[in-house]
Amino acid sequence: MTIKEIENEIIEEFEIFGEDWEGKYEHLIDLGKSLPKIKEEYKTEDRLIKGCQSKVWMHTELKEGKIIYTADSDAIITKGMVALMIRVLSNQKAEDIVNAGLEFINKIGLKEHLSPTRANGLVSMIKQMKLDALALSKK
Amino acid sequence: MFDVNKIRKDFPILSKTINGKPLIYFDNGATTQKPKAVIDSIVRFYSEQNANIHRGVHTLSREATILFEEARKTTAQFINASEEEIVFTAGTTDGINIVANGLNLPAGSEIIITEMEHHSNILPWQLWCERNNGKLKVLPINDDGTLQINKLEQLISPSTKIISVAYVSNTLGVINAVDEIIKVAKFNNIPVLIDGAQAVPHMKVDVKDLGADFFVFSGHKMYAPTGVGVLWMDKKWLPKLQLSKAGGGTIKTVSFERTEYAEGTLRFEPGTPNIEAVIGLAAAIKYVNTIGIENISKHEHTLLKYATEKLNEMPEVEIYANHLDKAAVISFNVKGAHPFDVGTLLDKYGIAVRTGHHCTQPLMKHFNIPGTVRASFAMYNTLEEVNEFTEALQKSIKMLS
Repeated sequence: MTIKEIENEIIEEFEIFGEDWEGKYEHLIDLGKSLPKIKEEYKTEDRLIKGCQSKVWMHTELKEGKIIYTADSDAIITKGMVALMIRVLSNQKAEDIVNAGLEFINKIGLKEHLSPTRANGLVSMIKQMKLDALALSKK
Repeated sequence: MFDVNKIRKDFPILSKTINGKPLIYFDNGATTQKPKAVIDSIVRFYSEQNANIHRGVHTLSREATILFEEARKTTAQFINASEEEIVFTAGTTDGINIVANGLNLPAGSEIIITEMEHHSNILPWQLWCERNNGKLKVLPINDDGTLQINKLEQLISPSTKIISVAYVSNTLGVINAVDEIIKVAKFNNIPVLIDGAQAVPHMKVDVKDLGADFFVFSGHKMYAPTGVGVLWMDKKWLPKLQLSKAGGGTIKTVSFERTEYAEGTLRFEPGTPNIEAVIGLAAAIKYVNTIGIENISKHEHTLLKYATEKLNEMPEVEIYANHLDKAAVISFNVKGAHPFDVGTLLDKYGIAVRTGHHCTQPLMKHFNIPGTVRASFAMYNTLEEVNEFTEALQKSIKMLS
């Protein structure tokens, strides 16, 4: 599936909650719980994404021309967002990752996590994922 | 009579809704909301009184100057100081920096702070130490958040040149026994700076009675606008403290060869000050005075007691400094949950709390936690809001478990 197709799938998935934010967040928390954890040895300082109130470790590798992300966080809501980002961006080509607009975040009602004051680092997370993809593709 | 419902009507922002729910603002430790009296004072200043101060001979400038200097008087009375000892700063951080850079301590001096200090009362000293081969010594805390004051004597050496401590911990709300610290310091002839940022909004402060050398606080944490603070210093420091900033308005005469600076506090206020905020600060103090700081303390303590009881009923909640000998601040965590998760969900319920390290990373290290959730109360908070908060917290805990 392309990034856009996955984004649409997620939008649909969140649509059933409508204005029910509790439902949305419960779903997000469930997604966080289902996130396959990063290997313990990857939880290193240099894999920490700066600018997050909670810790996010992100490991990136290149497999058969595609970027594979694994990540973890010490906060469950953040982990839910990490899970969404991985679902959308992992196993894609670096070029597509760098160019992804990621409009789905707005559409599923998690816009507030993109605001700079949130200090939760979704913005930093996206930036790091794109930078890592770019760096790996040029190796 | 203290009437919280009447008080709430004085704060326009409190009628706002967040995510469709009435705003419950428990982030007063970060900054308080402003009463109409303060907002109006700013509007009035720019609509009717705006001019630069201490300069012009024209009527407006004269009137603005009078307002500004009246604000100095009002501020002095508020902390029982003399107006000649009041320096208007940009805030607490600015005040500490002015002192840290102005003391002109000999290289290699030792500075004592505490484990619970806000970064603002660590970094200016640390920076000084780095540049002057100084040493920062830290008075540790007990697990209940109180200071190990009995260890203070051991930290003091002939090289100790200043002790700088918070009156009230911004993270824990613990009220430090600053009188004891000042007593020990005086006995050893060491000056003391008290960071009163979290004290002045909650309790009566009398700088004469305290007997410290410096006392700093911010306006915006006590219902005044941002960008204004106060540095009080004992008269004896006025001629001694060196300038770390220089500029217009601080001088008697200037030539390229030599400048003669003004005497007193004015020389610490270079450039055009934040006039509107200073006037707003006076309006805030007058407002607080009308309500009565003792009444505010009493009301906030009722909130603290009630919220502490409610939180202690929840087995998942752990309060840091779990006692009532505090200003109205409760720092806690939900077992197994990150403070960020708790704060995010509380926000969805319309409740503003602070999460994170609260600019006290060494203190977080003491408790070995990434941060806390902090609820801090002000005069306009109510018992009903505490109920709403604990209910929302229950729901959040359920969602996170």
